[in-house]
Amino acid sequence: MSSFKDSFSELLGNPPKRPDKKTFSIEVQEMHATKKFDKVRIQAIHDELAEAKKLPQTWRKRRWATLIFINLLFVVSFYFDISMLEGSLTASRFVGFHMADLNSALQVMLAYKHIVLNLVIGTVTIFIMWWLLGGRTFCSWVCPYHLVAELAEMVHEKLEAKGWVKDHPFDRRARTWFWVIFVILAVVSGYTVYETISPTGILSRALIYGPGLALIWVGLLLLFEIFYSRRAWCRYGCPIGLTYGLVGSISPLKVQYHLVDCLHEGECRSVCLVPHVLDTVIKGKAAGLDVDLGADCTRCGRCVEVCPTKSLTFKFKGFGDKL
Amino acid sequence: MAKPRLTRQQKARRQFLSSIGYTAAITGVALAGYIPVMAGNNRLRPPGALAEKEFLSSCIKCGQCVQVCPVEAIKLADITDGFGIGSPYIDARKQACDFSCDGLQCVLACPTGSLTHNIDYPAQTNMGVAKLKIPKLCLAVQGQGFKGKTRSGEDYNGILRFQEVSRWDPVPLADQEFDLEICDLCVRLCPIEIRANQCDEGKPPAGDESQCPPRAIRLVEFKGNNGVKRMKPEILDGCVGCGVCEMVCPTNPSAIVIEINTERGLGKNKWMPDASMVKTVKELK
Repeated sequence: MSSFKDSFSELLGNPPKRPDKKTFSIEVQEMHATKKFDKVRIQAIHDELAEAKKLPQTWRKRRWATLIFINLLFVVSFYFDISMLEGSLTASRFVGFHMADLNSALQVMLAYKHIVLNLVIGTVTIFIMWWLLGGRTFCSWVCPYHLVAELAEMVHEKLEAKGWVKDHPFDRRARTWFWVIFVILAVVSGYTVYETISPTGILSRALIYGPGLALIWVGLLLLFEIFYSRRAWCRYGCPIGLTYGLVGSISPLKVQYHLVDCLHEGECRSVCLVPHVLDTVIKGKAAGLDVDLGADCTRCGRCVEVCPTKSLTFKFKGFGDKL
Repeated sequence: MAKPRLTRQQKARRQFLSSIGYTAAITGVALAGYIPVMAGNNRLRPPGALAEKEFLSSCIKCGQCVQVCPVEAIKLADITDGFGIGSPYIDARKQACDFSCDGLQCVLACPTGSLTHNIDYPAQTNMGVAKLKIPKLCLAVQGQGFKGKTRSGEDYNGILRFQEVSRWDPVPLADQEFDLEICDLCVRLCPIEIRANQCDEGKPPAGDESQCPPRAIRLVEFKGNNGVKRMKPEILDGCVGCGVCEMVCPTNPSAIVIEINTERGLGKNKWMPDASMVKTVKELK
């Protein structure tokens, strides 16, 4: 179960483990040994990409449609008073069934120091749902901050290409520190301290109940991401992401890497929110012919759609090739 | 111009330190949310709200209470409330809770029990208590009546239920005509008084006698400055602090206001409709 341990340690912010080549199967060892960089083909791919100007967006379009649909469902439910999805992303009722964001529910129970039955029901529902769907899938497919941060990231990349801004990465362990700090603060202070700055909660409420001054905070975070550190909040800050990452660590839905056709030209790593999960695609690092990406992967599908050799695919484990 | 090249270790160290700075800065912003809470910026909370401290810790800031309120009395606090961000409150002067949902919908909607699930009726809530804050403004104290529409000059759009107009749909307050010899709007529109009156007429709310509440407000006689007999509102034990009196008061500012009860909450209800209810709350204590 070492791959699980590695994925977990990576989720907490440690650098990806260097795989021990001796443990590779003979088949994989041979594959690594005989693989040569096919420079002509890689060049052809790069030319083709340069000509197309835009990377493929199949999954991104589906994802944005889903994200907007879910958030609109909240808005429409309230606006037209149809009891479809009441509440906001911190807690809601879907046609009457309780749902509760795992991190918000955790904060409430730690601050309030009671086990609230409805929250238990809500968290179990949400846990099962996101376990099936991949954990951090919440981030890329539902969280409204992810969408605006993705747009901010496009701005950042444009400015970076012009040499006006530079990305300043942080230590990925910062997110784990945040998670622990906010757990401690909830217990000690008795308040849900994290909610004060949660851009997910703020944006969700702003969409449903109308905008407020809290949006200034969200705006500042976005400016920080555009001008200083690419995707700083989703990568190094958000405790919600870590909570869902923990769920995703045991999820059957993965993005899977296939060594056979990969040319290691690294398109996937340049578009990824969490490139450390793609460490395995670097030449010589894959420990098997098919490798599951780690728990931190948000299953956003960016790597799947941009991979020129289709070496990355969604995989629902346990169904074999039936899906 | 060549910048001094940093070694790998120096770079790693620099990144580590900046990451600590990042964490500290964001944590600092979050902790600044304690300031408004410490300053005791207390708000009128929806029916059934636990004592302020427990209320803020248990509220998950989802706004489900907002969605069910028929008079849209409940609003969510902004980031200026610090840790209270996203928590529900009522601005009684703008739109009070008139209990026109009857069944305490906000309480039923609350997923965390932040609005305690251990109450069933309006009269059991304990949001605060009304107070005649500026007696000299009060029309009754001045010996005046009230004719016309209350708060109509203010471009006011608050709504209330008037049973004789519609049982289900609240209507704009500023559309209602009154012609009163002595102004008693705070008494006649009080939702608790309306229920108590229904009981006296032998028609208790929902035909359930156990819902007959104690009286909340009445006009009493007092002797004015030069011995003139005048009337003034007197607040009674049954007042729950819903804020309708503050909302309907025709003076500007309102002569009568709600004093918020931050010690409200579980087991502190003023009144129990019957013995079985008392037992439930005792068991919970």
